[in-house]
Amino acid sequence: MSYVPNTDADRAAMLEAIGVRNAADLFRDVPEAVRFPELDLPAPVSELEVLRELKELSEYNVDLEHAPCFLGAGAYQHFVPSVVGHIISRSEFYTAYTPYQPEISQGTLQSIFEYQSMICALTGMDAANASHYDGATALAEAAVMAVNVGRGKRRRVVVSAAVHPEYRAVVRTYTQGAGLVICGDDGNPFDLEALVELMDADTACVIVQNPSFLGYVQEPSTLRTLAKAAHDTGALLVISADPISLGLFAPPSEYGADIACGEGQALGGGLNFGGPYLGYFACREQYVHKMAGRIVGQTVDQRGERGFVLTLSAREQHIRREKASSNICSNEALMALAAAVYLTALGKSGLRKVAELCYHKAHYAAQRLATLPGYELHGQGTFFHEFPLHCPRPVQEINDYLLNEWGIIGGYDLGRNYPELANVMLVCVTEVTTQDEIDTLVEALQDIEEAL
Amino acid sequence: MKEPLIYEISSPGRIGVTLPELDVEPAPLPQDLMREDLPLPEVSEVDLVRHYVRLSQLNHGVDKGFYPLGSCTMKYNPKVNEDAARLPGFVHTHPYQDPCTVQANLFVLFHLQAFLQEISGFDRVSLQPAAGAHGELAGVLMMRAYHESRGDHARKRMLIPDSAHGTNPASTTMAGYETTEIVSDARGNVNPDALREHCDETVAGLMLTNPNTLGLFDEHVLQIAELVHGCGGLLYGDGANLNAIMGVVKPADLGFDVMHFNLHKTFSTPHGGGGPGAGPVGANERLAPFLPGPVVVRERVEDDEAADEDVYRYLLCMPESSIGRLKAFYGNFGVCLKAYTYIRMLGADGLREASENAVLNANYLLSRLKDTYPLPYDRTCMHEFVLSGHLADAPDVHTIDIAKRLMDFGFHPPTVYFPLIVDEALMIEPTETESKETLDAFAEAMIQIAQEAREHPELLHSAPHATPVSRLDEVRAARDKVLHCLKG
Amino acid sequence: MVKYAEDRRYMPSHEWAKLEGEEAVAGISDYAQDELSDVVYVELPAVGEEFAKGETFAVVESVKAASDVYMPMTGEILAVNTELEDSPQLVNEDPFGAGWFIRFRPSDPEEYQALLDAKAYEKHCQEEAERGG
Repeated sequence: MSYVPNTDADRAAMLEAIGVRNAADLFRDVPEAVRFPELDLPAPVSELEVLRELKELSEYNVDLEHAPCFLGAGAYQHFVPSVVGHIISRSEFYTAYTPYQPEISQGTLQSIFEYQSMICALTGMDAANASHYDGATALAEAAVMAVNVGRGKRRRVVVSAAVHPEYRAVVRTYTQGAGLVICGDDGNPFDLEALVELMDADTACVIVQNPSFLGYVQEPSTLRTLAKAAHDTGALLVISADPISLGLFAPPSEYGADIACGEGQALGGGLNFGGPYLGYFACREQYVHKMAGRIVGQTVDQRGERGFVLTLSAREQHIRREKASSNICSNEALMALAAAVYLTALGKSGLRKVAELCYHKAHYAAQRLATLPGYELHGQGTFFHEFPLHCPRPVQEINDYLLNEWGIIGGYDLGRNYPELANVMLVCVTEVTTQDEIDTLVEALQDIEEAL
Repeated sequence: MKEPLIYEISSPGRIGVTLPELDVEPAPLPQDLMREDLPLPEVSEVDLVRHYVRLSQLNHGVDKGFYPLGSCTMKYNPKVNEDAARLPGFVHTHPYQDPCTVQANLFVLFHLQAFLQEISGFDRVSLQPAAGAHGELAGVLMMRAYHESRGDHARKRMLIPDSAHGTNPASTTMAGYETTEIVSDARGNVNPDALREHCDETVAGLMLTNPNTLGLFDEHVLQIAELVHGCGGLLYGDGANLNAIMGVVKPADLGFDVMHFNLHKTFSTPHGGGGPGAGPVGANERLAPFLPGPVVVRERVEDDEAADEDVYRYLLCMPESSIGRLKAFYGNFGVCLKAYTYIRMLGADGLREASENAVLNANYLLSRLKDTYPLPYDRTCMHEFVLSGHLADAPDVHTIDIAKRLMDFGFHPPTVYFPLIVDEALMIEPTETESKETLDAFAEAMIQIAQEAREHPELLHSAPHATPVSRLDEVRAARDKVLHCLKG
Repeated sequence: MVKYAEDRRYMPSHEWAKLEGEEAVAGISDYAQDELSDVVYVELPAVGEEFAKGETFAVVESVKAASDVYMPMTGEILAVNTELEDSPQLVNEDPFGAGWFIRFRPSDPEEYQALLDAKAYEKHCQEEAERGG
């Protein structure tokens, strides 16, 4: 089965028109010695067989429909309204490609324009692009953009240690050939103001995450101090923000951010074992020409009708080539569509309600867990839907027990990335977690002490 | 035929979906952190659905009709792949779950790595990059890391053919290299003499697309590999055109050291209106240690009882000298699962059939059009070919006009104005999933348009006529910069 | 008909410079704006920045291209044409007048003589057009 509609008769007619005896003759330019190798692949199966195989295979997983889960750390289990799946399954959306020919792509173009509008609404920024691959690459592109804004003369990027460890790794991977200095993230993840000391005239940008990887929402005064320090030295402030939290809290624009970016998976994307996800990206008006990625703009057609097109394309790789600031071509358009449908389905009041549910349930969980002997909240401040919980034994031990004895997936082991946070579990609670599940978690943790 | 913006349909107080009531005691909200306004739409579910359904109907997709975008491989997206990717056991898994709870996911990724290795001849594959350009960046960074690891700091530039996709030089710049352009010869190959002149110890490597963006298999590919390797450089393969050669030749056998794949092109995963895609990268033995990670490996599980087959435990690990992570978590798992399903259904024979038919379809379409449109390179093409829209007897008609007029016939236009080395380029890639009737209908439309160009050029200049909107003012879009619809 | 203003000198890469005492003004030629077609954006430097002759000091964008603009003479930027932000089309409408890019202080006025005069520049453009580029 190769989805080739043509029959042997069709092929014979085509071969005759071309003037070749058989299809293999079309490959004469391929060096003979290496032509037509045998491929050692499993024998092909039918549709019925492959679905059966995959379904059986998938049952080896412990999935979140069968196990309560307290993992967050950059990927979040949220309720995805049914409409999202139905809309993005419409093949007019998913079998289209990049809207290079706008007249027959208004569906894609307008939905992306609406997505851009909603991202601006969430972040308070003036312009958003059509997406990056994920929150981490969006952040890397923010660093690269800040360097470009400084015309390449500023080579220093200051990063908070409270930014997601994998995001920081990606910033380093992306910029490893660019001769930049990436610094600041060996510091205390709870002390953002210390980053001020690191800013100088060579700094292109300072990057923080809000809520931080550890779950805490920054004090407005802290963010404003950072913004002022950055702007005083001529650097940009980049804030990576969880989009659900923006249903409740003041957006990055309030704190002087020049670039707001982050992971949009929570907006109707589902967990999907880490991808495809969605990097949202937005900036202030004066930086629009330095923003990478596809951008949709409004215009009119020859009849004066409103329409939408890809715009400001001269910045992009297909035109600017080696002078382009980014190489991005395909992005995560369908995930952006999912996000737009999600934000519309929830709407102004719904997104706020989701955020509140997360907030209250997480606080309930924290309060109940803190009553357990040996468990206490690590650090201070306001958190959103995740909090670091200091445990009386290694997190891995606890998680093994929770899984094997209770069928519960425990939180993230912060000791993996922060040596000073050994035995600290990052516990995440979202609107899908019930009180029952939280109470059961508490019961299970009580149980451990007795069992072990 | 205008569809209102979602914000224009919005009305205060309208609700989309409902949520459960809070089941715990609320905690006090931090008043100093709260936002004042949240300008999102307020729309009922029925209005939401109608809006998006109507929007979808303004689009052309592969499921609607022919979509011969050159180098994009707009082949049919099998629906079984969509169902596979939606199996709840796969979808509802968190990337940080203990590996023992997601063995099915790791199994799929491991075997997709293995399939791609077998198809390409490379030793190792990383599935982490999320798109072709992402894979390219990986490849160029890997080349850099390789040279650095050998203490070879003299390599400063990348050689790139003049026919290359813009992502090639852009990725090169991101990695800190300069671009040196290599001209093509009169037969559309990389000019080996021009290449030889540039091959020295300052060259990190050459980025080669083969078949290239002209749809031509480079007649000197083995010699090119030798020249590049001879000066200590590496050969990067842009695998965008892999659809022409599956089961025909393994890129590693041609001398490529590293190559990216496009799962959303060659391996039938849908394009999504611009993503998500996946751009895995494969490498031979000397570059494999530098792959971006993590990758999936497996170890045999020792059992007490002898089992019939080997039992494996699947794990994630970073390659030993990895260039690092290119995104958070792993690759685009959902996309990888679709490609896995596709390869399982086709098998070796099916993949070879796909490539053979892709090339057959392209050559057939070429045979039907070469007497009507200028053909800059008169050779057997691979899965795509490039014509010029510059018709001698219709000098005022441009490729853009031909493209717009094609829409009136129900076809998505080919890629236009690329590659840059052909004036008024039209890059046509039919793919293997099109029937002869479709190819004939397209050829007839193209022939009719050429005639209209001579006799009724105004039809082309004012096209498209039968689409939801007519030609759009791109200058105004760029000057006005209306990039969102929020007030204030 | 492409115009070649006689009261100034040119770079082969299509920038013009006009000496005005101790200062000079620069922009792109009529030939250049014609090639570019509709200009949608001009990225200009900051006042006070210094550039060597031949260095990129600006970028001019149309819908289908983005071109680097090179300093015709070494100098320090004294003023930039802020009108171009809201009205980039001035570059197309009046490339030698209202579409100016920068006013700068040349550090070496001798560099002016090294530029092409209108006649030589016109010849250069004709040759370029014949070559197809």
